[in-house]
Amino acid sequence: MNHMPAILVLAPLSGAFFSGLAAWIKPSFSYYIALAATLLSGVAATCVLGDVMAAGTVQYRMAGWAPPMGIELRIDSLNAMVLVLISAIAFLNLVASVRSVDREIPDRAPSFYVMYQLFVVGLLGVTATGDLFNLYVLIEITSLTSYTMIALGEEGRSHLAALNYIFIGVIGASFYLLGVGYLYITTGSLNMQDVAVILKQIPGSSSAVLTAFVLCILGVWIKMALFPLHVWLPNAYAFAPVGFARVVAPLMTKVMVYVMVRLMITVFGLDYVFNTLHLADIVVWLGVIAILAGAFMALFQTDLRKMLTYIIVCEIGYMVGGAWLGNTLGMAGAILHILNDALMTFALFLALGNIVYVRKQVAFSNLQGLFATMPWTMAGLVLAALSIIGVPPTCGFFSKWYLVLGAFEAGAYHFAAALIISSLVCAVLFFKVFEICFFEPMATSHGHHDYGGVVMTEAPVSMLVPLGLVSTAIVAAGVYAGTIVNTLILPFLQ
Amino acid sequence: MTELVGLIVAKYNFWLYIILMMIGLYAMIAKNNLMKKLVGMNIFQTAIILFYVSIGYKHGATLPIIQGDHGGHGTHGAVIHAAEYINPLPHVLMLTAIVVSVATFGVAMALCVRVYRRYQTLEEDELRIRLSEK
Amino acid sequence: MKFLGFVIVCLTGGLLLYGTMDLPDWGDPASPASTHLSDYYIEHILEETRVPNLVTAVLADYRGYDTMFETAVVFCAGLACFLLLRDFRPKKDRYFRHIPTGVMLHVKNPEIRIIPGNEFEHMDREWVPSDRIIKTVCRILIPFIQIYALYVVAHGDFSPGGGFQGGVIFGSSLILMAISYNLKTLMKRVTEKFLSIFAATGVLIYVGLGVLAMIMGGRFLDYGMLAPLVPWDPGHIRALGMLGVEIGVGIAVMAVMVIIYVNIVSEGRHDEGL
Repeated sequence: MNHMPAILVLAPLSGAFFSGLAAWIKPSFSYYIALAATLLSGVAATCVLGDVMAAGTVQYRMAGWAPPMGIELRIDSLNAMVLVLISAIAFLNLVASVRSVDREIPDRAPSFYVMYQLFVVGLLGVTATGDLFNLYVLIEITSLTSYTMIALGEEGRSHLAALNYIFIGVIGASFYLLGVGYLYITTGSLNMQDVAVILKQIPGSSSAVLTAFVLCILGVWIKMALFPLHVWLPNAYAFAPVGFARVVAPLMTKVMVYVMVRLMITVFGLDYVFNTLHLADIVVWLGVIAILAGAFMALFQTDLRKMLTYIIVCEIGYMVGGAWLGNTLGMAGAILHILNDALMTFALFLALGNIVYVRKQVAFSNLQGLFATMPWTMAGLVLAALSIIGVPPTCGFFSKWYLVLGAFEAGAYHFAAALIISSLVCAVLFFKVFEICFFEPMATSHGHHDYGGVVMTEAPVSMLVPLGLVSTAIVAAGVYAGTIVNTLILPFLQ
Repeated sequence: MTELVGLIVAKYNFWLYIILMMIGLYAMIAKNNLMKKLVGMNIFQTAIILFYVSIGYKHGATLPIIQGDHGGHGTHGAVIHAAEYINPLPHVLMLTAIVVSVATFGVAMALCVRVYRRYQTLEEDELRIRLSEK
Repeated sequence: MKFLGFVIVCLTGGLLLYGTMDLPDWGDPASPASTHLSDYYIEHILEETRVPNLVTAVLADYRGYDTMFETAVVFCAGLACFLLLRDFRPKKDRYFRHIPTGVMLHVKNPEIRIIPGNEFEHMDREWVPSDRIIKTVCRILIPFIQIYALYVVAHGDFSPGGGFQGGVIFGSSLILMAISYNLKTLMKRVTEKFLSIFAATGVLIYVGLGVLAMIMGGRFLDYGMLAPLVPWDPGHIRALGMLGVEIGVGIAVMAVMVIIYVNIVSEGRHDEGL
């Protein structure tokens, strides 16, 4: 019997409790247990991806009960890809975080690692599950852990940001729960496949199904911070400790986009979403507004970290808009962008973490001379920025390519225009940053410029290696974009 | 008119819970004091729990605990009729939701304590002034 | 903000009310929610698991995977309160009572060290002499509350109850001790290390039982596979498995309730407050 789907969730779960216990023996044990647990779940996720590519959908019935009665894990090529992504990013970030966690929260590091693993469990579980209510419980685990870890940041401000996030997050999760309630009343089931089968027999004009759909999607939008519902995101991610911001920024929103895609395709069915309801045009417009608003708000920031959080808001517009274009190319672009955007954002935040580690502050006025003193970090940042802008060999170009093609096919020229405008704005943003970074450092305290030997203050190797790996992955995902689309995404969409 | 009355009588439980939910939601959005917002959050979540539990109700059915002789010898005297017991599933789901709402409430309380320790107030407008003067 | 809130509430409420139009009537035995899964559970659970309390059976067996994460959520809440509130800084002002004379000492200099023992007793700033009647009544009550909690955990298969309920009752008996005596009395008996180890162990019992079923050749949490390990009464193996996980849940919930109470009430300083 193949236990890999269960192991990939259980490894970090039991790892969390073992790290909690081991901290009483020696605090540093908890870090090594966390490292081993995330690595194990990464290996399991890769095995599952292999199985899915070889033999199609993998199912795992919890406690041996058949699906509508019990809970099943159901992994097809879409979530297998997201699972590998989550566990890889979680592991790499753990490698990179050890120094910054020691500096930012020295007395509570073991508890931080316990929370971190529970957060990863939540994300993996949300992605792997085939049950609507189980999804809610796991969303709540990710949310509770992120509230807590965000509040470990800067005293005062991070607590307010976390409280704000709690209020909005609870509304989002409750909307989703209510939506599942309406679905349960009309179908009597909680398993995604079973619900989808029963929904086909219910007339599309049913007001209960419409309410369920709107509530579920609204809840997920709040959790993913689509533009008018984004207010919690910038502060929460900007004041969180770096070790956590680096994992929550690339993963949380992307996993929620995955949940949206899953609800649209597997539960309600694309036929219901696009042919029965006539919301697609409005949602694409919402996506356009999110893209433009995110990009222009990023222009007004004077702090690198805040700027990156608004770029996340902008990127969410790409994925939501693409998924609602109503054709295969748009959907494929949105799904590919889940993968690519997670990699790009992770690279940006890894570089950001390195700069924070060395310079403490990342306001634009503190960035001078970075190209000279931290060349490796800046190389990673430049590559990630090129990918965000969408320069060809990097992966960002290819998902945008699919999205633009999808937009033309759907006749949504405003969406294509928004994509191009936001790329230009991103180019302006990053070249502004690079210009500042290129200047010499300000005069030293002795008042003379030392042109001869610039002192290298590069981040430690443990933080540079993950950045290097992710940068390679960005290029690799770009080179193999066609393969990914043809072997993983298109078979799922057909 | 009679149609409307019939509609209300048949579904008044859902309507009541929706009104309760909206009271909680309004408090969460519009109140100025963080503790009041927390209370609103609790009302909102409790109303959802009531909503779910009311799904499980069936006319003429009793608690979902099988009665009669079940000594465990593998044989059961009487056949169990599904119409005699209410639906157990919403109760199970809501046990989970209750635990989640308690956990969220605990974390939010802890954050309120921290905010109060730092700023000596829980009023949002005063907090905003404190933040802007820095 | 008030107007915006009103608009949002009206829109959401309107949508929810609109959705109820097509819902089946309240208590309709023929509605989809009361027929599809519900009928299966009611008719088959006793046969398949030998547990008459259907809620417990669905909770701990059919949807046991959910309940495991629910316990993890509880653990999360406890850990969150600890992480956010626990304050390890040494206190500047300390109070001691000289036991033979009853004189109170207020020590302001952190360098002066007084070791509590037979002569001096460490006091809290907000210390009040507690009432003898309350203390005595609670001392008599607490063991009974705890016995009742154990009953609720153990009897969850047959009557309303289970790990969460029992754990909360047990935790509240400890909280009663903190209220009737003081927090220090509780923390001397139930230390922080004890609580955190209990909280983690409780969830590990749950996960461990599931993994044990995997090792025995079944799926995760498939208690039926544990039968070879229990030589007596193999027919009730699923009920026994449920009891096992309920005990784990009870331990974790008990510990977490006390952690949350202790940290919130003393703002993480652990020796003041009530």
